Parts: sequence; C-alpha cells; structure tokens
Amino acid sequence: MSNKLKSVFLLIGAMLLLSGCDHLIVLNPKGAVGAEEKKLILTAIGLMLIVVIPVIIMTLVFAFKYRASNPNLDYDPEFHHSNKIEVVVWTIPIIIISILATITWHTTHSLDPYRPLDEPGKPITIQVVALDWKWLFIYPEQNIATVNLVEFPVDRPVEFRVTSDAPMNAFQIPQLGGQIYAMAGMQTKLHLIANEAGDYFGRSVNISGRGFSGMQFVARAVAQEDFDKWVQQVKQEPNNLSANEYYQLVKPSEDDPVKLYASVQPNLFNNIIMKFMMPGMEDLSVDHGSMVMSH
Amino acid sequence: MDHLFGKLSLAAIPFDELPAMLAGGAMVGGFIALVLLITYLGKWKWLWTEWLTSVDHKKIGIMYIIVALVMLLRGFADALLMRTQQAMAVGENHGFLPPHHYDQIFTAHGVIMIFFMAMPFMVGLMNIVVPLQIGARDVAFPFLNSLSFWLFMVGVVLVMLCLIVGEFGQTGWLAYPPLSEKEFSPGVGVDYYIWSLQISGIGTLISGINFFVTILKMRCPGMTLMKMPVFTWTALCANILIIIAFPVLTVSLSMLTLDRYLDFHFFTNSGGGNAMMYVNLIWIWGHPEVYILVLPAFGIFSEVVSTFSRKRLFGYNMMVYATACITLLSFIVWLHHFFTMGAGANVNAFFGIATMIISIPTGVKIFNWLFTMYKGKISFNAPMYWTIGFMITFSIGGMTGVLLAVPGADFLLHNSLFLIAHFHNVIIGGVVFGYVAGFNYWFPKAFGFKLNEKLGKCAFWCWLVGFYVAFMPLYVLGFMGATRRLSHYDAATGWHPLFVIALVGALIIFAGIGFQLLQVFVSVLQRKQNMDVTGDPWDGRTLEWDTASPPPFYNFAFVPHVNSLEPHWDNKQAAKNQAEQPKRKYEDIHMPKNTGVGFVIGMLAFTFSFGMIWDIWWLAIVSAVGMFAGVAYRSFDYDIDYYVKAEEVERIENEISNRKIA
Repeated sequence: MSNKLKSVFLLIGAMLLLSGCDHLIVLNPKGAVGAEEKKLILTAIGLMLIVVIPVIIMTLVFAFKYRASNPNLDYDPEFHHSNKIEVVVWTIPIIIISILATITWHTTHSLDPYRPLDEPGKPITIQVVALDWKWLFIYPEQNIATVNLVEFPVDRPVEFRVTSDAPMNAFQIPQLGGQIYAMAGMQTKLHLIANEAGDYFGRSVNISGRGFSGMQFVARAVAQEDFDKWVQQVKQEPNNLSANEYYQLVKPSEDDPVKLYASVQPNLFNNIIMKFMMPGMEDLSVDHGSMVMSH
Repeated sequence: MDHLFGKLSLAAIPFDELPAMLAGGAMVGGFIALVLLITYLGKWKWLWTEWLTSVDHKKIGIMYIIVALVMLLRGFADALLMRTQQAMAVGENHGFLPPHHYDQIFTAHGVIMIFFMAMPFMVGLMNIVVPLQIGARDVAFPFLNSLSFWLFMVGVVLVMLCLIVGEFGQTGWLAYPPLSEKEFSPGVGVDYYIWSLQISGIGTLISGINFFVTILKMRCPGMTLMKMPVFTWTALCANILIIIAFPVLTVSLSMLTLDRYLDFHFFTNSGGGNAMMYVNLIWIWGHPEVYILVLPAFGIFSEVVSTFSRKRLFGYNMMVYATACITLLSFIVWLHHFFTMGAGANVNAFFGIATMIISIPTGVKIFNWLFTMYKGKISFNAPMYWTIGFMITFSIGGMTGVLLAVPGADFLLHNSLFLIAHFHNVIIGGVVFGYVAGFNYWFPKAFGFKLNEKLGKCAFWCWLVGFYVAFMPLYVLGFMGATRRLSHYDAATGWHPLFVIALVGALIIFAGIGFQLLQVFVSVLQRKQNMDVTGDPWDGRTLEWDTASPPPFYNFAFVPHVNSLEPHWDNKQAAKNQAEQPKRKYEDIHMPKNTGVGFVIGMLAFTFSFGMIWDIWWLAIVSAVGMFAGVAYRSFDYDIDYYVKAEEVERIENEISNRKIA
C-alpha cells in the first residue's frame, strides 16, 4: 500500500477518534439501566471476538501460506475431511453461544423494560404520548403536562407509560438506556433511572412521517427539590391541557418548542388509548386502566 | 374523465423535484435511445424470438442479471443522494432534499436493493447454473420460468415509473402501518409499493416452486441428493424458504391492500386494527428472505473456494447439514427485528437465543471454507478475492448481528445507524460479494469468454475499501445515538464529520461499480483474447464445466451419468489415463418451444397494477380478464414442445469441437 493511502487512513482514523469521544453517548450512560446495557454490549463483543479474531487471522494466513506461487507449498488435495477439526469447529461456537445464551436469558429478564427497577426510591410515573411530530408528557401524580421536555428527579426510578396518537414511533433516551415502541390503542412501559443530573437527548427512533427528524425532546434529570420547585412553576403556567387544547395539540406540527400545561384533563391518557379500542367510550370518566393492554 | 383516467392527471408528474426529474429524464432518454438503437440495427425480431419469448433458462438468467445490474445503479444513486443529504443537512443547513423526497429515497433504496437487485441477481445465477450443475436440459416448467421473469419485470417497471408519474412510499422499505395506511399516506406512493412487490413477489414464488421441482426431479442419473453440488443445495434450501415465506408476503400485502382500498381495519389505528400483526407477518416473510439471499451466496463461495484451492470442499456433509439447520432456524427468529415492541422477557429471550444459535452452523461454514483453503493450491483470480474479502467482512457483520440478537443490547442499538451498518455489513459483505464472485466465476460459462481480471480486482479493492470507509463510521454513529432515516440533525450531536467520511466511502464504492461496468465493457471488446474454448476455464469440478461455454441450448448432447460428488473433476482424472473415448451416436432431444404468453401476461399485469394504483378501474378489469384469458389459452395449448433432430445435434456438437481445435 502506498504511503499516500496510508496517510489517508491515518487521517480518517484520527478524525474518527476526535469526533467520537465526546459524543459516544451510548457508551457514556448516565443511569443504571444504560450502564447495564453498555456492560452487556462490551461483554458480548468480547466473547465473540474469541472466534472472530482467529477466523480473520486464519483467513489471511491460509490465503498467504497456501498460495499457488509458494515455492514450499504443502498441497494435499485429498484433505477434505477430518473428524477432529469438525468436532472443534462445532464445539467452540457452541460453547461461546451457550455462555452468551445464558447471559441473554438473565439480562433479557433483568433489563425487561416492563420490570420495575431494583433501585431505591419511590418510582415516579410519567405518561408519554407520541403525536405528529412531538412528544406529550403527562404527570398523573402532579397533574401537569409538558411537550418536548420531560423533567424528573435524579436517582429516582421513572416509569414511562407510552402510547401514540399518531403512527407508530419509538421512545428512546440513549444515555439512560432502553427503547420502546409507542403504538396507538396500546400502552407499553419503560423503566429508567438517571443517576446523574443533566440534560439528555431523547427522540423518536422509528420513522413516523414528514416531521420525524425533528421529533426530539430534552430529558432533564434534576435534584428532588428542584423537581418539586419546577412542578410548582409549571402549575403557575397560563395554559391547561383541556380536551379542546388537546385536539389542537394533536394536529400535525413540526419542530415544536417546549410547552408547559398547569393542569391536565382527568383521565386523558387512558382516553387517548381507549378511543382506538372502543370508539365512543373515550368520554366516559371511569378508569379503563384495567382494560388497557399491559404486560 | 374520472372514469377514463382515475386519479391520474398532469399533476402526478413531479416537475418541482429536480433529482426525480433528472433521474426520470435520464431513464426516459435511455429508453428512447435503446428503442432507436434496436430499430436502427433492425434487431426487433431477434429480440422477440431470441430473448423476450425465450424459455431457455440460460437466457432468462442473463436477462435477470442485466436487470439486476441496471437496478443496482438506480439503488446506488439513491444511496448517494442519501449520503449527500446526510453529509449536508446539519444545523442551519437542511440539505437539498425535503423530507417528502428524502423519505421516498430511503424507501426506494431498500426496496430496490433487496427486491430488484439482490433477488434477480440470485434468481439469475440460479437460472444459469442450477440446471447445468444437475445435468438437466432446462428447468421443470420452462414457461413458468418465463412468466416469473415477466411478472418480476412488472415490479421493476412500476418502481422506475413512479419516478416520473406520481411518487413512491415514504414509509421505509417494509411499509409499517399505520404510517402506510390511507390515513397517514394518502398518496399513491404506498400503492406503487404494494403492487410492485405483490406482482414481482408472485413471480418469485413461481420461480421458487419451479426450481424446487427442478432440483428434486430433474437431476441426471446417479446424482443423489448427497452428490449434489453445494450451490445447488443452497439453491434448494433458498427455494424451500421462498415457497414457505413468500405466501406470507402476499397475504400481508393483500391485507394492507384491503385496508387501503376497501376501508378494512386489519392494521389501522382505529376500528380495532393492530399494526403489530403486520409487523409480525412482514418479518415472518422478511427474515427468511435474508437467508433466501445469503444461502445461495454461501453456495457460490463454496464452489469458488474449492475450485481455486484445487481441492474438494472440506466437510461437504457438514456444509449440507449446516445449510439445512440455517433453513429451519430462519423461521423461528423473526421477532428479533422488534424486541422493542414490548413482548415479554421470555418471548424476547427465546427469539434472541434462537438467533444466536444460527451463528453456530454459519460459523461452521466459515471454518469449512478455511479448511478448504488449508493445504490447498490457491490461485488468486477475482472470484477468490471476493471470497476472502467476504470471509473477513462477514465475520465482523456476523458478530454485530449476534450482538443485536441480545435483547438488552438491542434496546440501545435498535433503529440506530449501528443496525444499518450491521445489515449492510452482511448484505454487502455476504450477498453482494457472493453474487459478484459468482458473476466473475460463471460469466465465461454464460458468454464463452472470461472477464478482465485486472479490472475485476480494481473493482474488488474499491468495494472493499469503500465498504469499510462507508460503514465503519455508521457503527460509530450508532454509539453516538444517531438514528436511521433522519433527513436533518443538530450540529451539537457531533455526527457531521462521520457522515462526511461515510459519503467518501460511498463514492469509493461508486468507483468500484464503475470498474465493474468497465470490466464488462473491456472484456466484451477483448473477448477474442479471453475466449474459453474448452468450456472449463478454471479447471472446475462440477457438471456445468462439462459442457461448452456458452452451452448449446440443450445444455448436454448426452445426459450425463454421475457417480461421485465431483463428476467433472473425476472425469478429467480418468481421461488422463485413458485413450480417447469412442464416439457415441447422437439422439433426438426433447425441448420446450418458445412462447410469448409470459411476456403478454406480464404486460397485462403491468396495466392491471397501473389501473389499480390510479383508480382506473376499467383498465384494471380489462387487464385482469386478459391475464385470465392468457392463462386459459396457455393451459389448452398442447403444442409446446418439439424434438431437436439427431443430425442437428451432431452439427452443433461438431461446430463446438471445431471451436476447440481452432
């Protein structure tokens, strides 16, 4: 390879490193769930490299050693079967996959997005609605709502209950881990926690139409006192999320700014789900929570 | 007017979308130029009798591959547009493609590359090679083979036509509802999508049945299943997958059609529809589809590695069992495409582990290729370059695939560019490298002369380097939280430099495609120097090298009798110790007649789909009746075969031996 080509590759490598480090947010988790998932990724890659690296080396070595132009060629055209080799090439992948499968079984259960976290602290529930093309967050306990901003206390588990009043989207805050689809007429759950205060970037990661690229939000983890103060502030806001206001909000719009609502129409989240399941029932004030599809 | 033209009006032509108009203009211009050229050369009759109405599997195979290469250019143009957009659209700059257009491009890119590039390339290679490898004179149902091709062409024409008349879907290549429902996609884009896939999918299903029967029933005497060449084995498994999986595609698309045309509620948000059902169904087809593409590529690598290492394939039996394992397992892993849907931990864990298990037989295959090289005498022709590039690249792609099969890891990486990097890693590194290796390997068989080696290797290096430069940044971008299908992103994300590098990579691959076109062009010009008069340019081992290059239309003057895995190789060894074989007496050969019915039904299927897309109901009804009449006509036509006289066979065979002497 010419020197010129080498320097091009070095340059590309340097650019990758420089641009990467600060921004590798997935490998820089800020919560227990993300940290576990990162550990899982690194463990799995490590396990697989046990096979992948030898395969790559063997490919290059065999290609070089058994080239037809090799003067000391050790050519044996009859070598096309060996029980020993076959046992080895089946056994090693089986062992590695068995280990990985065991890890997978355990982590799939421990990282199940529906499972409440083992972290201390009383969980806070936040209802999430994917709209065209913004995120609505409803705080049932605080009776407030926000658009494109979700704030919650640090070190306290958060239970996101997710639905959609639009095409299917996927809800994700990469630095906190996890991901779950948002689907109309259904409720999915995602349990997360932030162990460090800060603003984290969240967005829809499943194509939902024209405004999809701008369908992002800020996930803000703050100290409990700051969260309580913030809730009080929001309660002073002039806007309320009434049924009428909601029908305005549902209309497609792109790159929406943050909106805050001092109060929310009772039972709004369940009604959003139920209107797809049983048209006409959305106006009833009884709680349909038990009928909502849950895990 | 509404009755005559349905929804169609001049407004359907997207005059305001420059890239679409340029591409459409180039397409129309190219088509007119082609028509003029054929007229000028006076080749219409030749084209009709020799190609369009041909039922010869070799010619049908060549037509499939020509279309695949044309569609590779279209799909790649889409890729370049996307890469350019993403390298530009950061911060204040919104790039040159608005979402409406950008979303059509990534949808078309996926659809074209899978359905109209990879599938026809695979079916084309299978057409050319499988009957020769099993010592047959044609496929089991030659007319159906022609019909399959023309139904497949309907999809191609629709996907090209939507550039200039109407629009394409903006939903992603699998058109997940509810986005693909009328409520959110009221235009004709999704209808183009539905009908192009539906009609070409039926063509593929017919092909699958055809080759399944061909391989099971038309093998020459002595060729038991365990004496079948590995490529034929992988083709058999791929066709089994087609037969089982494609009806699922047909049904899912039909249900979506009912939703869109007749207000059904299978997958809608309202009326109790359930989009999850579509997502499940489409992946019950979609996951086996991946293996339909990659298994034949594995077969090609097996043939190539054995031929160029001058050794029998290591562990043939293991290779066959591994292929069969993958075939079975590919049906129980579909849910790994949507672990994030909220299925329970038990369900996710089951599908995750089932997916990982596939990597065991796949790993065994890689070791088998390695040990075929071991103690071999490897000559480095272009097909071997692609094979070695594959073994390294695919190992990496396999690793990232197993990683994504771990649900806990997938929650972080799903729908990110990591996923995009992974499947391009296996599709380019596995499927494309495989088909190109096969293209270089079997080209002399199909055309009678070899491809230029030097340009083939230049193409390889560009593809290999280009692949790594284009897709390694995407893996990193995945770890940076970059989502797929974004037409714009914020500067603060820090993604921009990597998108620029990815664009450079795409341009390097583009150079690779340029070298491939140049390779074909130069090789045609220099064909006199590269003639393959022996029919066996690579010192091959299986039956396809036993006949001339290109083979006479009846493939074999005498039906071969086989008693080993590598009949051609063994014959060559035996011939060394033997005097010239005594001349055998030629016999009449039973062959199918050409027919234009497949072409006509294809044309009617096109007008039918066009009518359905634009609500031109009279056209759809007339075409449907016409198609039915075509099938009925063909069913009662008993004049479909003839005998090639022994004297004619003798004349052709003598001509072939004279070629050898000259």
